[in-house]
Amino acid sequence: MTAAAWGQLALFSALVLLTTKPLGVYMARVFEGEHRPFPRILGPFERFLFRLSGVDPSVEQTWVRYAASVLAFSLFSLLVTYVILRLQGFLVFNPQKLAAVDPALAFNTSASFTTNTNWQAYGGESTMSYLSQMAGLAWHNFISAAAGIGIAIALARGLTRRRAPDAPRTLGNFWADLIRATVYVLLPLSLLFALLLVSQGVIQNLSAYREVTTLEGGKQVIALGPVASQEAIKELGTNGGGFFNANSAHPFENPSPFTNLVELWLIFAIPAGLTYTYGRMARDTRQGWAILAAMAVLFLGGTLVAHWAESRPNQALASLALDHGAGNMEGKEVRFGTAASALFATVTTDASCGAVNSMHDSFNPLGGLVPLVNIQLGEVIFGGVGAGLYGMLIFVILSVFIAGLMVGRTPEYLGKKVESREMKLAMLYVLIFPLIILGLTAWASVTQWGTSSLNNAGPHGLSEMIYAFTSGTGNNGSAFAGLNANTTWWNTLLAVAMLGGRFLMIIPALGIAGSMVGKKVVPAGPGTFPTNGPLFTFLLVSVVLIVGALTFFPALSLGPIVEHFAGLAGKVY
Amino acid sequence: MASTTRELSLFDPSIVRPAIWDSFRKLSPREVIRNPVMFVVEVGALLTTVELIHDLVTGQHSAPLWFTALVSLWLWFTVVFANFAEAVAEGRGKAQAASLRKMRKDVEARRLVNGREESVPASSLRKGDIVVVEAGQYIPGDGEITEGIASVDESAITGESAPVIRESGGDRSAVTGGTKVLSDRIVVRITANPGESFLDRMISLVEGAARQRTPNEIALHILLVGLTAVFLFACVSLVPLAVYSGVKLSTTAVVALLVCLIPTTIGGLLSAIGIAGMDRLLRKNVIALSGRAVEAAGDVDTLLLDKTGTITLGNRMATEFLPLAGVRIEDLADAAQLSSLADETPEGRSIVVLAKERYRLRGRELGQAEAHFVPFSAQTRMSGVDLGRRVIRKGAVDALARHAESLGGTVPQEVGDIASRIGDSGGTPLAVSEGARILGVIHLKDVVKGGIKERFDRFRAMGIRTVMITGDNPRTAAAIAREAGVDDFLAEATPEAKMRLIREEQARGKLVAMTGDGTNDAPALAQADVGVAMNTGTQAAKEAGNMVDLDSNPTKLLEVVEVGKQLLMTRGTLTTFSIANDVAKYFAILPALFVGVYPEIAPLNVMRLASPYSAVLSAVIFNALIIIALIPLALRGVRYRPLGAAALLKRSLLIYGVGGLIVPFVGIKLVDLVVAALGLV
Repeated sequence: MTAAAWGQLALFSALVLLTTKPLGVYMARVFEGEHRPFPRILGPFERFLFRLSGVDPSVEQTWVRYAASVLAFSLFSLLVTYVILRLQGFLVFNPQKLAAVDPALAFNTSASFTTNTNWQAYGGESTMSYLSQMAGLAWHNFISAAAGIGIAIALARGLTRRRAPDAPRTLGNFWADLIRATVYVLLPLSLLFALLLVSQGVIQNLSAYREVTTLEGGKQVIALGPVASQEAIKELGTNGGGFFNANSAHPFENPSPFTNLVELWLIFAIPAGLTYTYGRMARDTRQGWAILAAMAVLFLGGTLVAHWAESRPNQALASLALDHGAGNMEGKEVRFGTAASALFATVTTDASCGAVNSMHDSFNPLGGLVPLVNIQLGEVIFGGVGAGLYGMLIFVILSVFIAGLMVGRTPEYLGKKVESREMKLAMLYVLIFPLIILGLTAWASVTQWGTSSLNNAGPHGLSEMIYAFTSGTGNNGSAFAGLNANTTWWNTLLAVAMLGGRFLMIIPALGIAGSMVGKKVVPAGPGTFPTNGPLFTFLLVSVVLIVGALTFFPALSLGPIVEHFAGLAGKVY
Repeated sequence: MASTTRELSLFDPSIVRPAIWDSFRKLSPREVIRNPVMFVVEVGALLTTVELIHDLVTGQHSAPLWFTALVSLWLWFTVVFANFAEAVAEGRGKAQAASLRKMRKDVEARRLVNGREESVPASSLRKGDIVVVEAGQYIPGDGEITEGIASVDESAITGESAPVIRESGGDRSAVTGGTKVLSDRIVVRITANPGESFLDRMISLVEGAARQRTPNEIALHILLVGLTAVFLFACVSLVPLAVYSGVKLSTTAVVALLVCLIPTTIGGLLSAIGIAGMDRLLRKNVIALSGRAVEAAGDVDTLLLDKTGTITLGNRMATEFLPLAGVRIEDLADAAQLSSLADETPEGRSIVVLAKERYRLRGRELGQAEAHFVPFSAQTRMSGVDLGRRVIRKGAVDALARHAESLGGTVPQEVGDIASRIGDSGGTPLAVSEGARILGVIHLKDVVKGGIKERFDRFRAMGIRTVMITGDNPRTAAAIAREAGVDDFLAEATPEAKMRLIREEQARGKLVAMTGDGTNDAPALAQADVGVAMNTGTQAAKEAGNMVDLDSNPTKLLEVVEVGKQLLMTRGTLTTFSIANDVAKYFAILPALFVGVYPEIAPLNVMRLASPYSAVLSAVIFNALIIIALIPLALRGVRYRPLGAAALLKRSLLIYGVGGLIVPFVGIKLVDLVVAALGLV
């Protein structure tokens, strides 16, 4: 790694760490505080939305009601988007006169944006009208992220609340959490950063596409649109759906190394801040830092491997007499280079964002393995906004259960006993993920529907299919590329994967919150299993790696791993 | 519990031989299905066996016959080994149950009906029947003595050969069926229906028949089943992926991978660990009436310990004579000794001994003629002797003051001063008077058991709070609490106060353990999370508690807690070990499966195993052998160390987590070397 690469990593890590506490404190005030911040500016807006929607924020919900609200709201918003996409030809803000989106693709896309996945089986500039982009899709970037934050806060409430045994077992109000996350967190921050991005050259307009004459005298159509307003929330909400097909590799989305750094920070900002919010709620900020530390260890590990792999020559070109000093530049932007591309790939897959500034398909096998493993670990390395925290908390509960017995007490977390019911729900959460990914990949690999979309044969083709289902189920949305996913079969099954990967996992997570919230709290003592120190961080990292990696290792060994060894022997696919 | 069975070593032939037979009998699917992890192994073994037969019959095979045959064999062994672990754990209990069953002879009972005696078989006795038992006869069933007093040989239950006194009324009225009356005649009201007696319950408990999975065991089971399902997906989905990749996987290879990945080590040993935990208590002569109680013992946060018998030796000792001004100390010692000559309580004897040793006063034999002994009574709260015209009394300070005043004497201020000084130091003052004159005060001191302070220190390190319960006044209690090193005390304790304390602790989320024997302890025993009833206690106490200590030794509560912790730790360490093992197994099996089609993957074979077949076989053999190797650990439990949780965790993670990563690499390589040396490769 070059000094510049190390410097970039250090700068990025410092930025994330510096903002963790202030953002965490801010969000703790938003969701749990007596008085919310900016009462004069945001207060009236919040109250207006409550009045408009008829929500009484003081009415708390049980886990069943909370989950039902999430599901009802998501179903409704999915349908709205589906309708907009199908009818876009008749609607306004369509200067390019783009026709209705095909049903399977419309289903796939609305599922994708509802689940905060932002998997895109289409090219934005050639498929979506401006209305579809803004009212159909960008809207989801806010609300699916806000819903994720709400669920994480609900689980945190379940784990940290100390209630009298006969008190109602409630977790807060989903509608209030949804509105507050949007009004206080996502809107102000994305407004601020949209302006910053505009100042750096990201475009923002509603003009028709422009035809220009290139230097060689040829004609080229330049796609335009309201990009900056979507760019900030794309990262901040870990959505990842690019305005353009090239996503953050496109100069109008991500013009410079500076905007690249800003976008990277935007991806990790809220997931990191939420760990501090969680520590606050647990009345012991070290609980939050221990979780953040585990995330950081996994992030740094992934980054270093990706960096190392990408700084080596592309396996397909290694044997040619070329200058390999720049590393594997295939599929990467020159303004970013291998270091910023590897870092972006790691961050975007750690955090279930899915924005890309380079093509993961063209990474060396081990470089491509990192994004794949990052998602397969369950999107818990910072993870999606909210989703990362609640996913990691499930792993915390598993870790406490597996190793907690070793101190000679039945397992407990934050003073609450972890018992059969929580184990059942946690195992359900853990099971769904490999079931969907491995089941669907296995099906795809032996059917014409699946394999006919592949660009590459052999292990690399397998990697493309595993990546697609992993990205969908993990609600990441980044694409390995090299796979034509816009077929009815792929659109439908990926939509199923995305919906399953989001909602089938939210239900057990909220179920755990519901059963933990009413539990008696045993005060901590010297005999209590410590969950706020380096030892626990180590344990948590091991459990995430073992549970995640062991599940997918057999499949991966037929994909990127075999490809890596074959590449070393000079064989490429 | 005959003491012979208690001495059995872990692998005594008398346990191992039937266990071997049992471990094959338990192969029946109906038995195995209770343990889903092992059931998957059994189905896997069946599948590979079917493949073997298919290969033998058709003559076409994808893998060498020896490979399929050996893998099948070792898969069956894996199930057998897990069964063996359980059978050995049950074995000791079965041996004990057998010896207990011998006691359950069907004796003739002499039932009283309307005052008339009739002879009926003991097995027909119902709750509420009244029976008569005389010297030399067996007590026909559990009951309460309603009339009489007798010495009873309870060695059959407790292993203690000295007879115990049982009498009607009070806390010593319970008798157990199957024990033998040695002297006198008692009338017993039967309190248990046939099949529900203490002996019956004990038999079913030690035999494991009544064993139900405990809450934590169930939760752990869910984790293991969940992991098994995850690996089942991983292995089943590998088949189509392999087809895509052009790799031909034999059933045997997939099953081998699956069995190696699912947590067979902890899955196979889990029930043995639970049984062994109950058994360890049994060897300490404590019967846990439910496995849940053993688990709760590990979680206990607060121990309520009766002062007398647990913290201090059961009796107080006279340590000093404190005469009032103007009284010679020898006169006080003489009066004290005379007043105690007939006092057979340990306190009384200690006064006689102190006077003899310190002041060379000989114990005198006083005949009934010259001396009239006045025994202690709860009304007067004093005892003594009338020796001619000398009226010598000793007793509680206030009682004696009233006695002296009633005889026209006065009570000097000094008496109260001395008494409160003694009280402050944790002692009990006992005043001595002759006639209307108070001579002085005897200092009776509680003697704290040796080593108890260190023991409490260990508990503190583990985060367990100890609370001493005593009827003493707060001053005395504080002094003893200080000396014994308990964290807190409850003085002037009444059953209600005790109950309140338990409720308060529980309201703060704490788990409470206590011991008790009296009927008035019963509500508290029932309320406590772990209630250890003394076997000498009343039937009510024994029914209220969830453990019975056959030795009736209250100090044992401490060991009960340690056994509980050991049980939980053993589960945790073996779970961690089992999961950590998987990493090495991947590195053994996966390269072996794919190296045929992708020879480039060979570097992943980090153990340099001799051949793909030997690699898979070695992993399967290691996976089976590790169960056998860990049986002693599962049955004995991991060694318990009184460290704080953080230190304990670090240690266990290092040994069983990191160890669990490394051991299989070494183990599989060793097995592979043997397989290769046998020329099987």
